[in-house]
Amino acid sequence: MTVGLVLVSHSAKLAEGLAELAAQMAPDVRIIAAGGLPDGGIGTDYDEVVAAVQRADSGDGVVLLYDLGSAQMTAELAVETLSDPDSATVVDAPFVEGTVAAAVMAQGGAHRVAVWQAAAKAGQVEGDLPPMELTPALLCSYLTLHNDVGLHARPAALLARTVAGLDAEVQIRLRDHTASANSVLALMSLGARQGDEIEVSATGEQAQEAVDRVRALVESNFEVPPAT
Amino acid sequence: MGCMAEQVTRAVIEAAGVVAEHRSELIELDRAIGDADHGENLNRGFVAIVEALAQASPQTPGAVLKIAATTLISKVGGAAGPLYGTAFLRAATKLGDRSEVDVEALVEVLRAALEGVQARGKAVEGDATMVDALLPAVAAAEVAAKGGADIAGVLAAAAEAADKGAESTVDLVARKGRASYLGERAIGHLDPGARSTALLLHAFAEAAQ
Repeated sequence: MTVGLVLVSHSAKLAEGLAELAAQMAPDVRIIAAGGLPDGGIGTDYDEVVAAVQRADSGDGVVLLYDLGSAQMTAELAVETLSDPDSATVVDAPFVEGTVAAAVMAQGGAHRVAVWQAAAKAGQVEGDLPPMELTPALLCSYLTLHNDVGLHARPAALLARTVAGLDAEVQIRLRDHTASANSVLALMSLGARQGDEIEVSATGEQAQEAVDRVRALVESNFEVPPAT
Repeated sequence: MGCMAEQVTRAVIEAAGVVAEHRSELIELDRAIGDADHGENLNRGFVAIVEALAQASPQTPGAVLKIAATTLISKVGGAAGPLYGTAFLRAATKLGDRSEVDVEALVEVLRAALEGVQARGKAVEGDATMVDALLPAVAAAEVAAKGGADIAGVLAAAAEAADKGAESTVDLVARKGRASYLGERAIGHLDPGARSTALLLHAFAEAAQ
């Protein structure tokens, strides 16, 4: 079971397209599109959103994302009128980036709070984190990307997923830029391409495991889905 | 003398009539700054409310408002559905299952509706929204109630203040909803939500006469 997502949009196509995109990176997450009006028009439909929340909830709760103003109101109203309003959270986040970040976090089995925080943080791309403090537990490894697309969307999502849930802070550095491995967007914004050498550094109890997993992923050319 | 379910039902039906009458006007106001759906949506909602009330014949004022709320939420797209829906829902919750609305309860109901709209839309005074009509309306209702006005008097005072409040949105830059994308270009336009709020209060005041 994972946290479910509901995408509330004025447009059915927009919600469906985004659900499709996010599902590619998070195949086990229930991502339900709730877009448009029943007659096919542009707008948000309260009844549809309520039904979507019920479908998205597999027991671990739901995070709702929205596109424009009144979609937020419909989403919040739907949550307020649920039999258990504490089972769902509406998050103020960029619709596309927030959904992708939330989906990847949910795929890793994260708690609902971590999922909505991932979405909320997606607006602030952390392309340049301060260098990690050197501690005895810091582990480092240099890896060369051989896959065709480098750290593009899917590989970035796989990388974030492979370290999600580990007790380790993991950063990826390419030349002068450093990104948190938790953030798909930050990883993508590094712009690492085929042939680039990235530095993987990790601290924490499971730092070794984290570095090993990233290495395995990179060496498999991001072909093998990581064990969760 | 208070209002029973029957009078509240009549007031809501009166409101439906006013919304139907002003449907085109609201569409035009919304066309200037938004997506031109306010009049159509609100009218669809109130037509559905009248049907729902006829079917359910609710027995308390709170039950009347609850039907109005759930119908608006389900039938009215855009921001107006959740906003008016929340207003009516909070008003219904405030009344609970009491059988009669007196002046004191009316003021509380108006206050609850305003707080609901503010919580839902997060607009403050001066954002060029329905809050600009509803906020002075509630303040005027409170003053009128303190001055000893009856229900019709309180509602008339609220409606009049809502008119002035709605007119004030003409000079404002919209900061919420679709109109906020217009920036300075929204100046010179009456906010359709503020206008419909004033219209609804006028309808309620008229029904209370």
